[in-house]
Amino acid sequence: MGFQPVVLWTDLLLFVLLATAAAAVFYVRANEPLREAWRKVGRRPAGMAAATILLAFVTIGVLDSLHYRPLLPAVDTPVGAVGGQGPPRYSTEVLSVLDAVLEPLRLQTEKTYSAPFAWQLYQRETIELPGGGQVRDYPRLVHGASHLEDPVADKDADLSRRVLAGLGQALFAWLATFVVLATLVWRGSGLGWGEIVAALLAGRTVLAWRAALVTLGLIFAIVAICIELAPLYHVLGTDKVGQDVLYLALKSVRTALVIGTITTLVMMPFAVALGIAAGYLGGWVDDAVQYVYTVLNAIPGVLLIAAAVLMMQVVIDTHPQWFDTAAERSDARLLALCFILGITSWTGLARLLRGETLKLRELEYVQAARAFGVRTPAILRRHILPNVMHIVMIALVMDFSGLVLAEAVLSYVGIGVDPTTISFGTMINMARAELAREPMVWWSLAAAFAFMFVLVLAANLFADVVRDAFDPRRG
Amino acid sequence: MLAYLVRRALYAIPILIGVNLLTFVLFFVVNSPDDMARMHIGVKRATPEAIERWKVERGYDKPMFVNAAAEGSARFTDTIFFDKSLRMFALEFGRADDGRDIGQEIRDRMGPSLAIALPTFVLSLFVSISFALLLVFFRATYLDFWGVVLCVAMMSISSLFYIIGGQWLVSKMWALVPISGYAPGLDATRFLVLPVLISVVAGMGSSARWYRTIFLEEISKDYVRTARAKGLSELAVLFRHVLRNALIPILTGVVVVIPLLFMGSLLVESFFAIPGLGSYTIDAINAQDFAVVRAMVFIGSVLYIIGLILTDISYTLVDPRVRLE
Repeated sequence: MGFQPVVLWTDLLLFVLLATAAAAVFYVRANEPLREAWRKVGRRPAGMAAATILLAFVTIGVLDSLHYRPLLPAVDTPVGAVGGQGPPRYSTEVLSVLDAVLEPLRLQTEKTYSAPFAWQLYQRETIELPGGGQVRDYPRLVHGASHLEDPVADKDADLSRRVLAGLGQALFAWLATFVVLATLVWRGSGLGWGEIVAALLAGRTVLAWRAALVTLGLIFAIVAICIELAPLYHVLGTDKVGQDVLYLALKSVRTALVIGTITTLVMMPFAVALGIAAGYLGGWVDDAVQYVYTVLNAIPGVLLIAAAVLMMQVVIDTHPQWFDTAAERSDARLLALCFILGITSWTGLARLLRGETLKLRELEYVQAARAFGVRTPAILRRHILPNVMHIVMIALVMDFSGLVLAEAVLSYVGIGVDPTTISFGTMINMARAELAREPMVWWSLAAAFAFMFVLVLAANLFADVVRDAFDPRRG
Repeated sequence: MLAYLVRRALYAIPILIGVNLLTFVLFFVVNSPDDMARMHIGVKRATPEAIERWKVERGYDKPMFVNAAAEGSARFTDTIFFDKSLRMFALEFGRADDGRDIGQEIRDRMGPSLAIALPTFVLSLFVSISFALLLVFFRATYLDFWGVVLCVAMMSISSLFYIIGGQWLVSKMWALVPISGYAPGLDATRFLVLPVLISVVAGMGSSARWYRTIFLEEISKDYVRTARAKGLSELAVLFRHVLRNALIPILTGVVVVIPLLFMGSLLVESFFAIPGLGSYTIDAINAQDFAVVRAMVFIGSVLYIIGLILTDISYTLVDPRVRLE
């Protein structure tokens, strides 16, 4: 085997989350009211478009969560040495499938800053002329546009040719998707294929497929153009140490997703269990739970997070022996951050659930169950839990975007992810000093801004649609 | 009312004790003072003597909870727990790592924090509520639709970008105000305009949308229909009835933060180099000055509890039906 798989803790939790999501899909398919609620989500164009974008981000995140350590090339055994080849040795560098896909981007580093699509470095350097002598000029990039003989004359033509080629491929892929989707909708619809195509194009299908298709078309176009251009140019420029900004932005997606999803995953069991218990059981349980969440609430969130992260940092720094690789170390820090954010954010959900449970326990069917002698755990499981799940669901999607934004701020402040973890916060942090340069280096910030904006906007729109569909008060 | 307030104040005590214990566990039990010393000195240079010296200098050399060597009440008062934790109730915060008195520092820095937080608070309340009322007035029109879209888009931008973008545009491109800094007295206005403006804009998206939801919920109630049937104009309905009745849910969210205004904003203060409590906290976090962070946590929770009590009082002022008993 040419590699050794590595499963980091956050990977594991992310896969657990995906499996749960898959199980939930099966459950929803069998449950008519839930199916109807989700259909409501699908009917809204904003919901479908946002879901398509989120799916694209999730794909990036999942690819970036399949980690492995590549095999090091075998060292030549010296002549006469006994034993021949030892056990295979793996690199201490942990890579992901996304790294492998983006290999040209990851490895083609320049010396320092270069603008998007540039062929020259951003800084003047002393260049040795071939015929002797020196000149101070912007040197050519090692990788960016290095395939061009005469960049000044050829660059524009080369760019437009490649963009067109990319668009062509995107169109082709989009048409293929369209045909597959039309066929899927057509099957079991009882209509003619042509009618289905017409309905899709006019946006007259039950689910808002047209919005999804338009979004997908845009994503395909951007991806195809990047596939054409990225190996030859630095599409979004390079940062201070010459790393491709597009690569950094794509790698940040996983960090954002991990923070946004795993945090809610770790806090949800606490919030649900404690909130329901407090609401249903009342008495001292209620007092205790209320006390705990008032105490946690009383501390301003950022400060509690700061305090906890500082402590975690000391623990991690004083126990280097716990971690084999740097990736495991920064992963531990990421996971710790998820836990800390989770601990500070479960209180709101718990309070909501407590209130809802107080209401539910007085309803007739719950009282009937109690009168029939159904035991408390069974009532909680069968009658209370399913009827508060929509609140959990809404809280889950609503929290996501807030957590993504929080990660950036916390990492910027220095109490977020490990500085070696690529995230939007660390990207912004590094880009901040560049703004003072003359002329300004704007592309790192712009890239972080654009990626975050699209991700958070999609999450916000999706959350809105989900809330509208699941909140009974918003019929 | 008074009895209620006294009871609430008494109820605050167990919560403060809880906060205190929690921070104590976080700062001293999760990591021993030895670990902290090692961090501060640097793992490579941390000899046992250096660690011991560091601990003695900062008073971390005492036993944690019970001092077996001491006599009488000193068995419990001559401990880390008493020195570092219980003393906070008397607002004695001790010294920061740079040797300065934390209490004095907090008193000095409260002013600049308030100077920026108070105008921000008032202005953003005013702007967001006005905007929300505007959207509600034009509800179910294109203006409402695009207004909400604008709100969602504004919510989706990280506050970091508002600050960075605002500084770049206003200070650097237009050169209207200094990029950062602070001056005491009236000179401060020059430095405060931009941070206040940015904070207001950054918070507008989410709060305007939230107020809009509250107003819409209120406007669907029966008394509003009655008021309209009576022949009141839409504006009169909005301002005289809906706004007043929507104040209760708005107060719930808003009054709690008033005392916290003293703490300032971490981000804005540190970006604009304003010597308030927010930037103090950030500096302490970066310097890993645990004493300062602990003090700020404690003060924050005290202020939060004051905020909760203020919220209750404000209810009675807005809604005569609410009686505190």
